Order: sequence, then structure tokens, then C-alpha cells
Amino acid sequence: MTADFRLEKNSDAKKVPRRLAFIKGRTAARVKKSDEEMVMTVPHLVVREAIAFMVMVIVLATLSLVFNAPLEWVANPGHTPNPAKAPWYFLGLQELLHYFPPVVAGVVLPTLVVLALVAIPYFQVNVKLEGLWKENRRVTLLALVGGASVLAIVLLAYKVYAMLVPTVFVLGCMLLPYFLRRETGVIAWLGRRPLTWWIMTWFVIIVLVLTAIGILFRGPEWSWTWPWKEIY
Amino acid sequence: MRAFLKELTRSQVWRSIFRHGLPLSNRTRAEAVFYNFFLHLHPTKVRKRSIKYTYTWGLGGLSAGLFIVLVLTGALLMLYYRPSVQQAYNDMKDLQFVVSSGQFLRNMHRWGAHAMVAIVFLHMMRVFYTGSYRPPKEFNWVVGVVLFVISILLSYTGYLLPWDQLAYWGISVGTNMVRAVPFGIGENISFVLLGGHAVGENALVRFYVLHCFILPVSAVLFMGIHFWRVRKDGGV
Repeated sequence: MTADFRLEKNSDAKKVPRRLAFIKGRTAARVKKSDEEMVMTVPHLVVREAIAFMVMVIVLATLSLVFNAPLEWVANPGHTPNPAKAPWYFLGLQELLHYFPPVVAGVVLPTLVVLALVAIPYFQVNVKLEGLWKENRRVTLLALVGGASVLAIVLLAYKVYAMLVPTVFVLGCMLLPYFLRRETGVIAWLGRRPLTWWIMTWFVIIVLVLTAIGILFRGPEWSWTWPWKEIY
Repeated sequence: MRAFLKELTRSQVWRSIFRHGLPLSNRTRAEAVFYNFFLHLHPTKVRKRSIKYTYTWGLGGLSAGLFIVLVLTGALLMLYYRPSVQQAYNDMKDLQFVVSSGQFLRNMHRWGAHAMVAIVFLHMMRVFYTGSYRPPKEFNWVVGVVLFVISILLSYTGYLLPWDQLAYWGISVGTNMVRAVPFGIGENISFVLLGGHAVGENALVRFYVLHCFILPVSAVLFMGIHFWRVRKDGGV
């Protein structure tokens, strides 16, 4: 099939002013009509936004009527509570601090996470989103098991079981479609997930597990306590 | 009634404000978006797929909505709160027992702030799992990451203001983490943040200014960029 146009190679602006390409075929210079179904913003989108906002305000107001914001005794620099916990969204980090040296847990890992998030759209592999097992199945398997083993050894060395267990779980899910080839069902669906999807899902699970442990399972001296006994 | 509405929407006063009649035809519906300061953020038509609740879960819009709720409740709280070690905790107690609906106001602000951190995170997850960070929206994803960090910092700086044990030690734990940055940089960052070596009067004022001025203004700026780019890249 021949191209519908060819590029003008002459770069002399005097000979070929403002001409970039010759259109040869029957390609009309018009925007292709979108086959997406469109609706008017008013009322369709605006009404949905209004409903979402009002439901949110109602839920928030109800919560605020039922539950009071915590207020403890006045700040006392001389009396450290045990355990001293950061707000819940930092408890994942505080949990890491329990395992790794402060520089790693408080500085290196958070910085890496933010950098990794920023970098996501700039890697071609994240843009293509092809299934993990689509090509080079052998190489993928070796790289995956190799990488995971290194990570697992580091986690074992620092006794970070809270990260080790989810890592092994996610690795298992990643490997399932390699050993059990299915056309339909959950395993086939897992097989079509791209590498990016796996890394993000692994990251989210780790964040959730660490934060949950920090909120529910940590007591005095950051020792393990069961939430049904007491939540600190 | 119908005749009255018709007359009203034709009157000079109405026209000077809205410039079009009631949104009953597609033309006036388009005008309602096009000529409205608040709605001009949106295109006049949107893809049916992209406004499904189960596609976006409304999470971006809810984050913005929560921000509005937080600005309003926060402004009211500012009327009763003085950022000084002597006064801050007493003002909290006044909010609790003296100010009408003070406790409710504080509850809205507190739970709204927690909800915002969670919902902004969920919004980020949604954008990731629908692959909505792909070109040409790469940079808007980065702006989104910045907004996520600002949300956390807003929540965190507000955490100190009640000046109770929870606030004081929560912030102490966090700023001790900052100190771990090597080569003395951490010490310096922590010193700038706290205005000293420990959480005290200076830290309270600094967190107050960050919480009520610097961070909200940055958030508004980045939100402006975020929404503008969403629109330019063909979103809602």
C-alpha cells in the first residue's frame, strides 16, 4: 500500500514556501469524525458534579455530627506518649523506620517513591501497556525471579516480613499465568496485566499493609499488639 | 409562572448577568457553559464514557469539592484560633465548649482533611489504572503528584495547630524523620521548618502560615494548572 502523502524533501524556503507534504491519495484534510458518543455538559456533567458534591457534604456532615475530632491534653514536651505515632498517612513510613536505618526509611525510600511516581509516564513500557508474558517469556521469568530473589533476601536480612509476605504473594500471582496457560478467567486476566500494573499493585498493597500495621498493630515501644486487645 | 420566567430571562438585568436564556435548547445549554466563569472550565460537550461515575468515581471532582469545604471551614476556624503556645490549646477548648457549632466546624475540617488525603490518593490510583497518564497527559500526572504531596503537607501542617499531645508528638516524630537527611541538610531543613531545634512557639507560627497561606495558595495555583491541562488535553 502506498502512502497517501510524501514528505517534501526540499528545505529551501524560497523554492518551497510553507509546503510540508504533497497529498496524493484521496485523503481529505479534515478531522476524522469521532465515533464516541457525546453529551451536553449542561445538564449531564454539571448535574452529576452537583450530586457528587452534595452527597459528599452530607456524608461529611453526618460523620462530623457523630464523631468528634480528637483533642488530648495540652502539649507537654516533658511527657512523651508511648508509642508516639505520626498521623495515619505517615504510619507506613514510621513502620519502615522500625526496620531500616533512618536515612533509608525516612529519606531514601520516600524520595524514590516520589521520583518513581513522577517518572511513570515517561517510560515507553508504561505507555504501551503490553501484557507481562507477551514476549520473551523465558527472559521475563529469569529477570522476574532474579529481581524478586534479591529483594526477598534484603527483606529477609532486615526481617521485614510485613513486606516479604505481600511481595511473595504478588510474585506468585505474576508467575501463575506462566505455568497455567489459560484463555479465559482470572489467570488469563492476570496474564494480560502489564509490568507497570504489577509494580503499582505491589506498591499499593505494601503501602496498605504497612499503614494498617502502623495504625492497628503497634503499641508501646512499637511492639506488636492485637487490635482487639488495644489500639494505640 | 412560565410567562414570568420567560419575561425574567429576557430582561436586561438577567441578560447582563447570564447573556442567554434558560438551558432548554442545545444552543442555550452550550451557552450556559461557554459564558459562565465557573463552568468555562468544561467543554460544552463531553464524552459520555468519561462522565460515567464508574469510570472516574468522581474522585478528582471530590478532591476539589473537599478543598472548597476545607477552605470554608478553615476560614471560619481562623476566626477563633490564635497560633501561640499560650492561646492555641485554650482556643481549641473554646471551640469545643463556647463557640456555637465550634465542635462541628472542627469535626468537618478534621474529617474532611483526612478524607482529602485518602481521596487524592484514590484519584491517583484511578488515573493510573485507567492509563490516563499516557501522552499527551504525562506532565499533568506530574502536576498531580505535586498536588498529592501538597495535600499531605496541608494535612500535616494542620495537625500541629491544636497544640495537644497528639499534635505535638505527631509533628516531633515527623520532623525527627527529616533530620535523618544526611550531610547536615536534614538538620537545616528541620531548623527552617521549626524555627529552632525543637517544636515550640516558632514552629507553631511557621506551621500556621504554611497551613493557612503558603500551601493553600500553592494548591490553588497547581489546581489551576491541573484543570487547565485536563481540559486542553481533551478531558472534562
